[in-house]
Order: sequence, then structure tokens, then C-alpha cells
Amino acid sequence: MKALMFGWEFPPHILGGLGTASYGLTRGMSTQEDMEITFVIPKPWGDEDQSFLKIIGANNTPIVWRDVQWETVKERLGKFMDPQEYYNLRDNIYADFNYMHTNDLGCLEFSGKYPDNLLEEINNYSIVAGVIARTYDFDIIHSHDWLTYAAGMHAKTVTGKPLVIHVHATDFDRSGGDVNPLVYNIEKNGMDHADHIICVSNLTRRIVIEKYHQDPSKVTTVHNAVEPLSPDKIAIDRLTKVPEKVVTFLGRITMQKGPEYFVDAATQVLKNANHIRFVMAGSGDMMNKMIRLVADRGISDKFHFTGFLQGKQVYEMLNSSDVYVMPSVSEPFGISPLEAMQCGVPSIISHQSGCSEILQNVIKTDYWDVDGMADAIYSICTHPGMAEFLRIEGKKEVDQIKWEYAGQKVRDIYNKYVR
Amino acid sequence: MKTICFYFQIHQPFRLKRYRFFNIGRDQYYYDDFSNEDIMQKIAASSFIPANRMLFDLINQYKGRFKVAFSISGTALEQMEIYAPEVIDGFRQLSSTGNVEFLAETYAHSLASLIDPIEFKNQVKQHSDKIEMLFDQKPTVFRNTELIYSDDIGQAVYEMGYDKMITESAKQVLGWKSPNFVYTSAVQPNLKLLLKNSKFSDDIMFRFSNYSWSEYPLTADKFIEWIDNLPAEEQVVNLFMNYETFGSMQPSHTGIFEFMKALPHFAFEKGMKFATPSEVMNDNEPIGALKVPYPISWADEERDLSAWIGNTLQKEAFKTLYDIGERLRLCNDRRLKHDWLYLQSSDHFYYMSTKHFSDGTVHGQFSPYPSPYDAFNNYMNVLSDFIGRVKAQYPDSVENEELNALLITINNQALEIKKLQAELKTVIDKNVEKLVESPKKEKKKESKKSMNQ
Repeated sequence: MKALMFGWEFPPHILGGLGTASYGLTRGMSTQEDMEITFVIPKPWGDEDQSFLKIIGANNTPIVWRDVQWETVKERLGKFMDPQEYYNLRDNIYADFNYMHTNDLGCLEFSGKYPDNLLEEINNYSIVAGVIARTYDFDIIHSHDWLTYAAGMHAKTVTGKPLVIHVHATDFDRSGGDVNPLVYNIEKNGMDHADHIICVSNLTRRIVIEKYHQDPSKVTTVHNAVEPLSPDKIAIDRLTKVPEKVVTFLGRITMQKGPEYFVDAATQVLKNANHIRFVMAGSGDMMNKMIRLVADRGISDKFHFTGFLQGKQVYEMLNSSDVYVMPSVSEPFGISPLEAMQCGVPSIISHQSGCSEILQNVIKTDYWDVDGMADAIYSICTHPGMAEFLRIEGKKEVDQIKWEYAGQKVRDIYNKYVR
Repeated sequence: MKTICFYFQIHQPFRLKRYRFFNIGRDQYYYDDFSNEDIMQKIAASSFIPANRMLFDLINQYKGRFKVAFSISGTALEQMEIYAPEVIDGFRQLSSTGNVEFLAETYAHSLASLIDPIEFKNQVKQHSDKIEMLFDQKPTVFRNTELIYSDDIGQAVYEMGYDKMITESAKQVLGWKSPNFVYTSAVQPNLKLLLKNSKFSDDIMFRFSNYSWSEYPLTADKFIEWIDNLPAEEQVVNLFMNYETFGSMQPSHTGIFEFMKALPHFAFEKGMKFATPSEVMNDNEPIGALKVPYPISWADEERDLSAWIGNTLQKEAFKTLYDIGERLRLCNDRRLKHDWLYLQSSDHFYYMSTKHFSDGTVHGQFSPYPSPYDAFNNYMNVLSDFIGRVKAQYPDSVENEELNALLITINNQALEIKKLQAELKTVIDKNVEKLVESPKKEKKKESKKSMNQ
């Protein structure tokens, strides 16, 4: 079985959960013996782990025929791919794109991020997808998230191969209901043309069926999983030396993640208890507003902001926490509580997050139930039995949530369309 | 002649209201009156009242040959008194026939037998007093909460003056032995044990209306035939179940009442008789001794304590609760003592069970909480407030033993003063001429008092 996947992010250079999920899923699927994955991303950095799949950079794929020497290609693209691949791709240029702004290799530039001209970048990505689809041999197309739906559809049109799209989030989650019609159109179009739609949770599946009017029989939920922690991450010591318990919010500080509910819960707790401190880790468009809110509530002495955390810092933060809170307003899945549980941190999550569908050994509240959240925080910080139970049982539980199982479910869906 | 022994258990806890940690120290009322009233009235209407009437009719119809027994927890009795007094009247009526026996248990349906012998004793006494007050009969057979039993508990029960007890026929204890005999305790040969026949009891309690059960529908003549087909030497069949089986667990439309009404007829036809637990244990000689080193109960597949004190949440809550027991017994605040009882009901721990994550069934069904963690949080908040109130009674710095000694002195103070005054009086009377009365008397009294303290 050969799959052509379109993605937008791939570790180690990631901006959100999409990259983590793409990596985990492909890694989990690579344990299937006959599975070959070609993964397209806009801009590889050259240090991606290619041991279990092949990565093609859209910015390394020519769309305009240029006569370049083997040596030049090798020098420029050698760390990304075999120079021969460049020539194979060049042989499959399917139209005259000379009017476009390409470089000396005939390739388009991609930022690989989420720039202001995102729609243009999406369009370019789909042009490149035409070349790639004509070059490689594969049985199925798999598009991760709305940015790559257009590319997937293009590849399907060119080759007639079945298209599976993977909904990691919808614009309803990102915008809180105030949907951008352009984005909605791209998403809806992709879903309409897909042979099958994979959602990361039942919550998302419901949105896809109800808001995007998809036939329920072609929408399947495959819950995300989590990569086992490497020993060096587990070995990180607790950094904080304060005597108080530390309660952590970790994620983008945006409306979707419900940071103001965390602040409200913290206010409730701090009014009645003085053995607890709060940390809001991450950055986002609501960060300044949250700093003002915390000052306004008069709890700044026990409420801290860390700013954006990356890589190892994330685990330093988790290992220094006594409680992890994710009060998301609408979270398609939410891998981070699983990571917290791996570190043995008791977690509180909102019912409105997809991962609450599969987790048992966490405390679940509604995101707006500030009192309930405060109560749960207080309980974990006050009763050692509670913290102990969630730490041990939570870790046990999360260790059983493996990408291999998710990968097998995706494979079952492939098998339905490929024979 | 085979004997059928029916015993029904009734228990209702005082469910707690939503109690957040910021209520601690501010709100001293813990109970969800609405749901307690609602649930009690619902069960009374669908189950207790019609079932009482049915049993009363059966006893009259068979002129005293039909007999049953009840074990009703003190908290359930209290709720009936408040919310459904007609149920109490029904039990009184049943009790007056002389064919109904009431068993002793712990007042709050608590787990005190496992951890706090003094509390266990107090509660059994409280319960037996309550039964005597309401139904005018003194219980002679003991049944522990959820049929929990072990050698140690058996010994404690015997020391309280009971020589008959009811428990579960757990496989890990019974092995190949049949539950259809009277046994004795291995450590206390004078304590007789009556075991529940799980198969037949569950046939009625759980499987009666189960369509997928191969024996569905269960009819009275079929059921009696099963009992009749038991080996001839097995003389006693003990059917122990929740009283809610009639009308609530098995709703009346399943025909459970008709089944029960027909049962005595077929039983008498086969020459069987009905008896209460005390009669059974008086009339039958024990066949052997049961050794139960670890506690058993009637819950779940494991028949152990894991439903109440299985996980760390339950253990912590359990320990925190009973740690305050000794101090509490030094208090005389009536409301505190009441709350103490209500908080001990085993149900609060049952709600914290995480076992249903895997086996899915009974636990979640009865819980008023959305999850075991909620149950724990709420309970611990209430408990924190309660402990605060108990500690506020006396200074925290005084140890229990010291406090106990002080309290004895204080409580005996009046007696002591009276005694000294009397003594003083005799001395004065004798020497009345020699003394100038008033100033010396004052002085003496004072000095005695200070010595006392």
C-alpha cells in the first residue's frame, strides 16, 4: 500500500498540534509492513526524520522547466532528496507556469508557516501537487487539514486515486463560531470531494456532519494518540522551588483555548487557599488581555506568565507542575493533556475537548464551569490521594494510547478504497 | 422438609449536595434534601408500599405460615419517617403479625466494622434501639453492611451479644461447599452463620426480567421446582435481596409481584416451609465452620471490599473520616453526631469507585455524581468542613487522651462539688458553735475547687 500524504508541518519544526499528529500517525503507520508513505510539506528544513517515510518539499519541486546541472541540483537540494528525484519531477511538469515567480530551479517559494498570503500559498501548493501526483506511484491520497485539501483534490483529479482527508480542526473550532467564509468554502469543498473523511474526535465528526453537511457514512473518527516520552524528557527535574503547588495552563493563549476561564478559576481558588500558584505558559493574541485581567483580579503575585515555550522547555514546565488544566472552549482533540499525563501530571480538561472522549483518569468539567474547575484544582492540590490516583492511573492509561492503533484504523479505511 | 428464608434489605443514604471548597467554613448543611426526598418517595410509591401490602396479604392468606425478615438501615428509617411515614406504618403492621423479623445492622450502613470497633458497637446499639422503638422487637440476628464479614468481625459481633449472623456465600471462602446449610464461625464456634444463596437470589433480583436469559420467563412453579430439585440433605435456601427488587429494580409490569404472590402456594404444595433467619439458625444444626481471614461482601464479581475501599481515593477518604472518630466521640453536639453518622454511609465511598471504567455496570447507575472524581471532591469538601467543626469544639493543641481526662474531670465536677459540699456541711454542723460561718465556708469551697481543676 502506497500513500501520498499532503501535510503542512512536520517535526522538528512545528507550530501547532498538526505537525505532532502528522508525525505520530505516519510513524504509527510505518509499523505496518507493506506501508510506504510519501509525505509532502511546503518547506522541509532538511533535519526531518526520514527513516520511516519519504519527505518531498513543495519548494523543491520544479513547476517550470529549467536546464540545471546535476552538480547544482546536488548542491542545492542534496540534503533534502536524491537529485534524480528532481529530474523525475521535472519530467512531469504539466503546464506552462512561466508567468509565476519561480527561482532558478523552477521552484516556488513557500514559507511553511501561516503567513498573511496563506490563500496564495495554498494555491501554489496545489499547483505543485499536480507535478508530484504525476511523478509518483501511489494507491491513495491523504490530506491533512484544510490547507492541503486543494492539493489532495488536484491529485485526485489528475490520477483518479481515492482521496481521504483528515480533519484535525475546523474553522468552527478556531474561530469560536465566527467562521471565515473563504476558509469554510475550502473546507467544505475538500470534504465534498473526499472519498472518506477522518476526524480526530466524535466532537469534530459531529461538526463535519452537521455544519459541513457530510454523509455520516463517509465520516469516521480516529482518535489521536501520543508518542512515548523519551527518557531524557522524563528525567527532567522539577525546576520550581516554591513551596506552593503549581497549576499550569499550557498552550496558545487564544479564545479557542479558554484562557479567561483559567484566570477565573484561579481567582476563585486564590480567594480561599494560599498553597497554590498558577502559571500560564505559551503566547497568543489574548496574552496581553490575560495579563491585564490577572492584574485586574488582583492575583498577580500568585499568577505567572512564561511566554512561548519550545521543545524541552515544555517538558520542564510539565515536570514542574502539580496540575495541568486545559479549559478549551472547542478542542478537536488536544494532545497536550496526554503529554501532561505521560509526565505524571494530574489533568483537568473540558468536556468540550475531543480527548475527553477517550480519557478516563482525568477530571472533566465544562469550560464555563469555573466553580467546578476551581474545586477540582483545589482537590488535587489538597488531597494527596487524589493526586496520587490521577498520577498513577493517568500514566497507566495514556501509555496504552498508541499511534500504532490509530494507524491501523486509518489503514482499515484505506483498505476499503484500495483493492 | 426444605425451608425458604427470605430477607430484604433497605438502605438509603443522605446524599450530599454540591458542596464546593469555598463553602468550607461557611455552610454547615450538607444534604441534598430535594433528591433524598424525591428518591425516597419514588421508591416508596413504586416499591415499598405495594410490597408491604403484598407481604401483609400473604401472611394473612397463609395464616402465619409465610414469613420474611428485613434489615433496614437507620438512615433509611429516618428518611421514611420524614418523607414516607406510611412505609413505617406498613412495617409496623407487618411486625405486629409476629411473622416478620427485623435484623440488626449498623445505623448508617457504614463500614465502621472494618476500622473502628467502638464506632461499630455504638452504631449497632443505636440501630437496635431504633428498631425496638419503632417495631417493638429486639433484633437477635446481625447483618453487617453489604453482608461484609470476616473472622474478626464475627468475633466483634459475638462480643456484642449476637450469636447469629448473616453473610455472603463468597466462592473464595466457600469453595465447593453449599450455601444451603447453617455454618459457624471458625474463630467463634458459638456464632452461627447463614449464607445467601447467590444463584437463586440473583435469579429474582437481577435476572427476573432479562429477556436474554435462557430461563426467561421465570415462573413461581419453575423456581420452586429448582429448589425442590436440590439434594435432599440441603435444607435451607436463603434468598437475600434488596427490597427495591419489588417494583423498582424489577418494575411491577415485569410481573414480579405476581411471581411473589404465587411463590408460597407452590412452595407449600411441595411441602416446603418459610422461616425467619433466627428460626432457621435455631432449628438447624451447624454443619461446619467457615474460615474467613479476609473480609467478604456481596458486591461485584470479586465479593470483596474493592467497591468501597479499592482505589486510593476511597482509601484516603475512608481514613480521613475515621481519623476524626475518637475526637468526635468526645463532643456532645447533637448536630455533629448526626452529620458524623450520615457521612459514614458506605454509599459515599461506593460513588468514588473507578471499577466501572472497566466492567461498566452497576456502579455508575446509582451514583448521583457524573464521575468518581466529582464524588471524591464533593465528599472531601464536606468532610473538611466537618472536621473543622469537630476541631473547633476543643482546642486543637490538646491531645485526645488528655482531653478525655479533662472532660471526665469537668463532667464530674458537679458531682464532686456536691459531694464536697455535703462533706463540708457535716463538718460545719458538727462544729457549728466553734466557727464563724460564712467567710470560712467560702474559702474552703474555693480551695477545693481549685484542687479539683
